[in-house]
Amino acid sequence: MPGLAVPTWDPETALLIGVILLEAVALYAGYGGLERLFGPYLMDLLVGGESSAQ
Amino acid sequence: MLSSLVGGGGLLGTSPEMLALFVGFGLVVGVLFGFFGMGGSFLVTPALLMLDYSAPVAVGSGMAFVFGTAVIATLKHHDLGQVDYKLGAIMITGTTVGIEAGRASVYYLESLGLASGVISVAYVVLLGGVGAMVTRDALTGGGWGGGGDGGDGGVDHEAADRELDEYEIPEIAETIQRTVRIPPMVTLRGDVRVSAWVITAVAFATGVLSGFLGVGGGFIRMPAMIYAIGVPVPVAVGTDLFEIVFSGGLGSYLYGQGGGVNLGIVAPLLFGSALGARVGSAATAVVDADEIKVYFGGMLLVGSIAVGIGEVGSYLGNPTLELLGLVLVVGAAVVVAFAVLYTTVTSLRVTRQQRTSAAD
Repeated sequence: MPGLAVPTWDPETALLIGVILLEAVALYAGYGGLERLFGPYLMDLLVGGESSAQ
Repeated sequence: MLSSLVGGGGLLGTSPEMLALFVGFGLVVGVLFGFFGMGGSFLVTPALLMLDYSAPVAVGSGMAFVFGTAVIATLKHHDLGQVDYKLGAIMITGTTVGIEAGRASVYYLESLGLASGVISVAYVVLLGGVGAMVTRDALTGGGWGGGGDGGDGGVDHEAADRELDEYEIPEIAETIQRTVRIPPMVTLRGDVRVSAWVITAVAFATGVLSGFLGVGGGFIRMPAMIYAIGVPVPVAVGTDLFEIVFSGGLGSYLYGQGGGVNLGIVAPLLFGSALGARVGSAATAVVDADEIKVYFGGMLLVGSIAVGIGEVGSYLGNPTLELLGLVLVVGAAVVVAFAVLYTTVTSLRVTRQQRTSAAD
């Protein structure tokens, strides 16, 4: 039976997890920027002028 | 090194059709997570199992997806002051050991050729149990998980906004705090004083669940933090996310060392879910989640049945049943996500019409 593993340094796996971490941060920042840029336009498109009504 | 990540088994190892499927599925899962505050990973691992990925890859990639989602959610909650760092630090150890115990169990069952079956059965029970509780709660107007405190097993957006001193510690938590006084005792936010061993036990138990099923485990951990430790709901939400970043990251690393994390699955899922979570979270400002929670409960119940059908199909070697199970899992999630979006847009249009009429 494979027992409990103690983490050992593995550069390839660390890079893999680092890529996921980096992607998460980039998506948070990127989608945040897109929301600010295109959010009001999308709301107008979906609701028909909701943002301007407010 | 990078080529091995992007190449075989990585992004380029996944066909464009599968990449599109994962982005779309991630979008749907993100809407559900952003809106209901739970269910972010319930459906990912079962869907991967039904797509014939091995159990370690399905669970490991599910866990890496949870890690990425937790990073994004923690960044969002960063300024809300809803993280108890002391509690999070104590929990990280217990959760990490629990995740590792769960991971070792998966690899052990895999060596016996039983992992996929056992995990699928566990999901049938889990999805069915949680689905039944959510549905009952939606139909009776009661509460589960966080119960009257508004936990709902996930993020209660109104409760999360309340002041910490408005919360009363649940009776059961007070009893535990009085009776279990094994040192060291620690004082947490909200003047909660509890044995570090209680915290570690809660963290370990929910960590095993996370490591075995590849889920964040917030739907169990948050009620456990509220009822066993006595943590206020908003702090339970923020601290849960904070500690998943570390324990989920380490769990993903351990799965990754065994080849259990496939970037070709995780990257497109995250790409879709990060957008979906923003949409779902924004929708909570327009639509009360309680109004359509019954659909969410129904989705979990359908998911339970679907995983059961898929597993029977796998056992009988019947690809039609396996496909039916997959279609039901994905279809149920898509239907509920569309219900959220449709209800939101409809509510916004009604509001606009009312304002226009009032202005006239």
